[in-house]
Amino acid sequence: MKLEASARQTAQAVPNRIESWAKVTGQALYADDIEWPNMAYGCLVRSPQAHARILGVDLAAARSMPGVLAAIEGPGSSAPYGIMPSNQDEHALAVDKVTYLGEPVAAIAAESFRQAYAAARAVRVEYEALSPVLKAGAPEKSLPQVREESETGNLHKAVDLEFGDVATGLQTASYRREDRLFYQGNNHVALEPHAVTAFWQPNGQIVVQSATQVPHYVQRSLAKALGVPEHLVRVMVPTLGGGFGGKSELFPHEVAAALLSRRCGRPVRITLSREDVFYTHRGRHPVAMKVETGFDAESRIQAMSFESVLDGGAYGSYGIASTYYTGALQPTTYRMGAYRFHGERWYTTKPPCGPKRGHGTTQPRALLEVHMDRVARDLGLDPIELRRKNLQPAYSVTVNQLDITTSGLAACLDAVERMSSWKERRGRLPYGQGLGFACSSYLSGAGLPIYWNPLPHSGVRIAVNRDGGVHVACGLTDIGQGANTVLAVLAAKALGVCLERVQLTTQDTATTPVDLGSYSSRVTMMAGNALLAAAQHMLSLLTEAAAHHWEVPAEAVARDGEDFCVDGGGQRAGWTEVVRWAEAELGPLAASGGYTPAPPRGRHKGSGVGPSPAYSFSACVAEVAVDDLDGRVQVKRLYVAHDPGTPLNPQSVEGQIRGGAVMGLGEALMEAQAFNPDGRHRGPHLLGYRIPTILDVPEIEVAVVGEPDPNGPMGAKEAGQGPLNPVIPAVLNAVREAIGVDLSETPLTPDRVLRALERRRREEAR
Amino acid sequence: MPESVLRLIVNGRPQQLVAADEMTLLEVVRDRLHLHGTKDGCAAGSCGSCTLWVDGVPRLACVTLAKTVQDCEIVTIEGLAGWWGKQHAADAAELHPLQAAFAEQGAVQCGFCTPGMVMGGAALLRDTPSPSRAQIQEALSGHLCRCTGYEQIIRAVQAAGRRMLDEA
Ligand code: FES
Ligand code: FES
Repeated sequence: MKLEASARQTAQAVPNRIESWAKVTGQALYADDIEWPNMAYGCLVRSPQAHARILGVDLAAARSMPGVLAAIEGPGSSAPYGIMPSNQDEHALAVDKVTYLGEPVAAIAAESFRQAYAAARAVRVEYEALSPVLKAGAPEKSLPQVREESETGNLHKAVDLEFGDVATGLQTASYRREDRLFYQGNNHVALEPHAVTAFWQPNGQIVVQSATQVPHYVQRSLAKALGVPEHLVRVMVPTLGGGFGGKSELFPHEVAAALLSRRCGRPVRITLSREDVFYTHRGRHPVAMKVETGFDAESRIQAMSFESVLDGGAYGSYGIASTYYTGALQPTTYRMGAYRFHGERWYTTKPPCGPKRGHGTTQPRALLEVHMDRVARDLGLDPIELRRKNLQPAYSVTVNQLDITTSGLAACLDAVERMSSWKERRGRLPYGQGLGFACSSYLSGAGLPIYWNPLPHSGVRIAVNRDGGVHVACGLTDIGQGANTVLAVLAAKALGVCLERVQLTTQDTATTPVDLGSYSSRVTMMAGNALLAAAQHMLSLLTEAAAHHWEVPAEAVARDGEDFCVDGGGQRAGWTEVVRWAEAELGPLAASGGYTPAPPRGRHKGSGVGPSPAYSFSACVAEVAVDDLDGRVQVKRLYVAHDPGTPLNPQSVEGQIRGGAVMGLGEALMEAQAFNPDGRHRGPHLLGYRIPTILDVPEIEVAVVGEPDPNGPMGAKEAGQGPLNPVIPAVLNAVREAIGVDLSETPLTPDRVLRALERRRREEAR
Repeated sequence: MPESVLRLIVNGRPQQLVAADEMTLLEVVRDRLHLHGTKDGCAAGSCGSCTLWVDGVPRLACVTLAKTVQDCEIVTIEGLAGWWGKQHAADAAELHPLQAAFAEQGAVQCGFCTPGMVMGGAALLRDTPSPSRAQIQEALSGHLCRCTGYEQIIRAVQAAGRRMLDEA
């Protein structure tokens, strides 16, 4: 049996993944699979305490262990770094105190992993325990400061935004309501644990092969941490086993591998264990939220006030952006007269939180959609009808100054309403069963880069060789979402050649133009547009070469399949022949293109978070059954509609929608990055932290709606993150329908459901 | 650290090596035999990424001590097509139908779970040529996938099963 995909593709047929063959045969190499000659193995020594002063690190015993090549500790080893320019608060190895259990303190390199591990256990660290700080928000009694350099105590960041007059809008409302929700934090659990190999070569160049979503940012931060110029650091990303936001910045193990390599003169591999991954974290923030909305007599939103308090963990990470994101996208689904947002992020002595699929928008979306359902109930309206009255229209500007282009939101509502037979079934199911609705929207790429610069967000260089092959170079990173396939397919389509001609070089900072990375659902939009620009250049070079050759004007040259020809004339030449004419005339053929989004409309502080070239839209209906004896919530079916603009790779879009929906299901029902009172993770392994298995997944009916977006490459928007968001509140709303109890905390584990039922029983008894 | 001589037949080829008694089969396959197709997602028996066959039975290599499978026949993802070819007197370059189906049905995203899933699914199809949805779910319940949401994996197993029956 041969693969039918990819072998003889026309430019039109789209394979699921151009590299599927390598992944199904075991040939695909991930970061932990690549063997370097003379490679050594590293291991990090992690803190067993959540908060403690380091009194001393004794490496002597470890150094004398068999096979040990190098041992390092924090002080003096690296400069501080951080993903946000204003938050350079991280050290690879803790310097004077540890601020979460699992924080790296020292690192060992040895001949084998087992030797490194044994030596790491022989490192003696003396600690003076400090009280752990486990709750975000103003403390009742005074607590030690987590980041001692912070000028605002344990408050990391506070932001306030107001658009229009919210106070008046709420006061004059004909109906208003307030709701609260605590959204629990959770981990990405990409199946591949992080891994890196770093080689500090004798010539001063540092070559890093790492499982990262953002090679460009890792290059920048690593150069800073190591105190070397950026051009000496090369970051390459092998096949990546999933990211979901969890591999989106520089991590201690990457710095430590480089430092150990410098000490021992050999390439050093560090692979995280699953437990390490839960400590490295950067997952979804736990957020406590409150929303208050005033409606006019027509049930339209007059004003909304939204507050969120984020539990950030021990470091800044993406936290400033995360905080803004918890307030940014409420108005992209609902039109409102006025909007106010207050956000706070607090340092706690837990593994740092960061971006996870839906970055900062997932938690507020859960509350907002639960809130809208309760409003609909109060007003005696169908929940979908209430949303319809309030949709932010296509081609409009939101109250917080975001430009919406195409919107398939109304179509998403229609689709899930129809698929779920909402009108016929909602409210008619027996006790214990329910249907719940929610909708959402997401960015197709952040409008601004993480550090300010005027350069393209994505660049593509196309070379066409005399063998007729097309080489596309772009810094984008395929994290498993299919970015390489999209790039190759777009190149083939744009140049009018078959896919088998296209070869890619991606995810390598030395040989490709910069692409900022796989975050904010930006890759299809930005690398796609850069590719189209480069392809257009290349095509004009070839068209002109053909025109010269035939002595006709360039406009007379047309395409017929791969061939070039002259309309009405007899001239015709194959692709490779024209390539050779052009190379003879111009020398080796190369063309490049870049993409920079339009500047954001808003001018206020914080206006950089939220703008995007286009927004995707989603809706979900969840059908649940709740057992009120054991508290178990069973999701029986999901109906998900998504507007990704033109789906460039329909099978892949379906895969993103399903994968996102199931990840959302995990967040709704079972996943919690939770801690004991002493700061220990409750279960830093896949038995203690459950994610959905094949047995947990209900039937999911998927609809793809929408129209080509003028800003997207060939009309495309995103599908990677948006479809997750509505699933969680749809489940929450369905559970409310099923058992008549409002839940105020995620995930909906049986104990929470039982407690809520118990509360209701007590209230009814009174 | 006690060591012993380990004899295995891996993907049809006899192998003999000296290995520490505490070595897992996963370490032997990946680090000593350089067959990196078998993945390590948790090293604790919880994710299924390390699934390979020991005497035809899918096993979690990360929680199998190598010395407990002395003289056994091991098939890893790299050897699956060869195993299939032998059964069906087919060209060694051909894929097992499930490998092809995974690629065609969109069952592969990041691909990290794929080798384990394919080994688990191929064992199911060998014993149960047209499995029901429930049988597929049961057989793959120990395999985590964080990317696909599983539906396309179920479709791939079903499609491969159909194709194997058609061609039988
Ligand atoms: S690596 Fe063996 S089950 Fe996870
Ligand atoms: S494809 Fe990524 S874990 Fe299954």
